[in-house]
Amino acid sequence: MDFNDTEAEASFRKEARNWLHDNVPSKADLAGLDEVQQSKLWQRRKFDAGWACISWATEHGGRGASPIEQVIWQQEESKYDVPIGIFDIGIGMAAPTLMHWGTDSQKRKYLPPLASGEHIWCQLFSEPIAGSDLAGIRSRAIKAGDDWVLNGQKIWTSGAHYSDFGIIVVRTDPTVPKHEGLTYFFVDMKSPGIEVRPIKQISGSSNFNEVFLQNVEVPDVNRLGAVGQGWKVSITTLMNERAALGSGGGDVGFNSLFELANQLTIEGRPAIDDSLVRGALANWYCQESGLRYTGYRALTALSRGETPGPEHSISKLVGASKLQDMASFALDLLEMAGSLANVECAQYFDTFLNSPGFRVAGGTDEIMLNILAERVLGLPQDVRVDKGIPFNEVPTGT
Amino acid sequence: MSFIFRTESLLNTSFLNFEFSKEQELLREQARAFLIQQCPTAAVRKILEGNEPFDKDLWRKIADLGWLATVIPEEYGGLGLSYYELAVIAEELGRALAPIPFSSSVYLATELLLRNGTPEQRREWLPKIATGEVIGTLAVAEDIGRPTPQTIHTVARNGSISGRKIAVPDGDVVDFVIVLVRCEHGNGTSLYLVESNDFSHEVVATIDPSRSHANLEFKDSCGELIGADGFGWEMVNDVFDRAAVLFAWEQVGGTQSTLDQATDYAKSRYAFGRPIGSFQAIKYKLANMYVKHTLARSNCYYGTWTLAGDHADLRLAAATCRVSAIQAFHYASKENIQTHGGMGFTWEFDCQLYYRRAKLLALNLGSEHWWQDRLITAHEQRNQAA
Ligand SMILES: Cc1cc2nc3c(=O)[nH]c(=O)nc-3n(C[C@H](O)[C@H](O)[C@H](O)COP(=O)(O)OP(=O)(O)OC[C@H]3O[C@@H](n4cnc5c(N)ncnc54)[C@H](O)[C@@H]3O)c2cc1C
Repeated sequence: MDFNDTEAEASFRKEARNWLHDNVPSKADLAGLDEVQQSKLWQRRKFDAGWACISWATEHGGRGASPIEQVIWQQEESKYDVPIGIFDIGIGMAAPTLMHWGTDSQKRKYLPPLASGEHIWCQLFSEPIAGSDLAGIRSRAIKAGDDWVLNGQKIWTSGAHYSDFGIIVVRTDPTVPKHEGLTYFFVDMKSPGIEVRPIKQISGSSNFNEVFLQNVEVPDVNRLGAVGQGWKVSITTLMNERAALGSGGGDVGFNSLFELANQLTIEGRPAIDDSLVRGALANWYCQESGLRYTGYRALTALSRGETPGPEHSISKLVGASKLQDMASFALDLLEMAGSLANVECAQYFDTFLNSPGFRVAGGTDEIMLNILAERVLGLPQDVRVDKGIPFNEVPTGT
Repeated sequence: MSFIFRTESLLNTSFLNFEFSKEQELLREQARAFLIQQCPTAAVRKILEGNEPFDKDLWRKIADLGWLATVIPEEYGGLGLSYYELAVIAEELGRALAPIPFSSSVYLATELLLRNGTPEQRREWLPKIATGEVIGTLAVAEDIGRPTPQTIHTVARNGSISGRKIAVPDGDVVDFVIVLVRCEHGNGTSLYLVESNDFSHEVVATIDPSRSHANLEFKDSCGELIGADGFGWEMVNDVFDRAAVLFAWEQVGGTQSTLDQATDYAKSRYAFGRPIGSFQAIKYKLANMYVKHTLARSNCYYGTWTLAGDHADLRLAAATCRVSAIQAFHYASKENIQTHGGMGFTWEFDCQLYYRRAKLLALNLGSEHWWQDRLITAHEQRNQAA
């Protein structure tokens, strides 16, 4: 365990640091822009200087950097509060799927505009009836000549309202068991027949949507993997999703709660001197550092060429509940005033309302536990009453 | 610049070697194979049920392998290896629940002498510890409740020690004990080394009889000062931090074997026509064991790095290792019993061995609650230093 940068790594870090120092957008640069515009501005600036998606091949818009350089870059970039979230799905999930399953011409066409921030992608997987049971998707694609016609409904599609493309899984054959009749495409979100309607969330804002598909024409060149192979392709996406989804902490974490406990008092003494507060904070510190070092172990494995496996489910599983519990605890420290949408402690108030979503998005806590139990520990699968049955004969409860 | 600069320590490294070296992994394989042969749970049970205080045969063999000499420098008859090697051995001993006084002699006595002993004291004791010829331990507690410098009443007068220590790990089998006492002058505490022919002991029943403990009585016992007079408490805390990392590796090893036992049983035991491991209530227990185990293990990686490099972050990292390892082993060992149903509650099944050892290790260096407090204190000190 020698963690010090080698000479080459140190000089790469210095280069990255210097560039960031000179180029991270100032407040004035971002004034008057919405989140999407801000994110696009930053992504474009990185792209033009060769700092976007640095581990990608240069012909795909990257820099051909090593995994270690990628980690160094992320460490350095994450020191700044720069807008990057809207590219999580396109760069973090769609791109690795394209790289794995796409043809050369698909990669050459779609990867560079992802790297430059020109295109934003969304994920059209979940449906009203198929969330955890993703393979139960009912939206249909029917072959019409060389191309396909899609009909159905997707739901919970984050960012659909500002996305250019969407990765989508649909049913191409309902007469075979559910995992075997799916096919994976990507669609142009401006195609005729696509209608996006925002859904209001607990917090009151609307980041996700319902997406209706009515006779949407999709060319066959937008297919990833073979017809009927959609489940396998979507696993690539989901593995990358779980590897990418951190705890989503933002400005709520051990450090912020520690600070809060130093500012507030309990019966005239600093809250941090209270032994219950110390115990709770210590436990979160242990979780936070345990996740950080689990991440370093995973990165070490990745840098040795291993691919992300089911054990990555741990970070979202632990991180999401931790966030919810910390936000709730912070509000408790405010006592009766905790119920106010207090400006000073707005981050805890917001996180309290937003965090339930982290426990559901990208696979629920329960699905993560199933994955750890079945794929990591090798416990027997759940009883599946729909196993081996043609999809159109599976009971639906409706 | 309008953006917050997140001050995270240690961001000058890529942390891409977060793993043990090939040689260290080879040592692990050898240690594991050896302990499967030499320390099956039947051997642990023999100590638990019999009159022998520890497995002397195993002790001799691990001494022959040089495990007791791991971090002792060559000039004192040791192997001069690093704490990474010791961590590997600790994990394997923990996995096997080895019924030997390893932690007392190696993590406590050796560390105290290495860090605070005079060259003469090191020359006298370390070579004999390295060969297993002598065994040492540390005696702190005197009463129920959390020890502080104020709860120490054992005294030193002109180098003679008088007082009583309780729940001393391996107190019945050691050749010497390092005792925390009120110092002769002033308010502080000091450490004295007392040889076993100069104190009396009474073996006590503990929660895990596979590791023997004793209460010790000192009456004008002849003591030799270790380290600076008046700084006993500081030295104990320093060695507790170091030992916490190694204890945590034993706990992580124990958690792993507990999880393995529970997983095997859940796959083979049937109820309602299916393996109990196909019930989600059981799956979630085991998945949660895995999660707690993984977090504790990862914390131990970092803790070992701070220990090996004498890094300033050791105090905080050690408390993090300890709290997460206590929690992981406790959770795994209790839910392992639950997974086994009635069988888990029997004397005959090995579930009890893990359950007992988990609690013993959780208490030996002070409770989870105490270490949670130390963790936050260490964080406060780090912030003040920054
Ligand atoms: C903020 C947010 C953003 C999202 N963004 C996207 C997106 O961009 N694209 C997209 O495609 N989807 C998105 N989703 C959808 C998300 O993936 C699903 O909500 C999730 O997979 C759960 O599906 P569901 O809502 O249908 O719940 P259900 O599957 O109906 O689950 C209901 C409850 O049953 C439990 N359950 C179900 N099956 C099992 C089982 N086998 N074992 C144990 N318990 C079980 C679940 O854990 C849950 O507690 C988003 C969701 C949220 C909250």
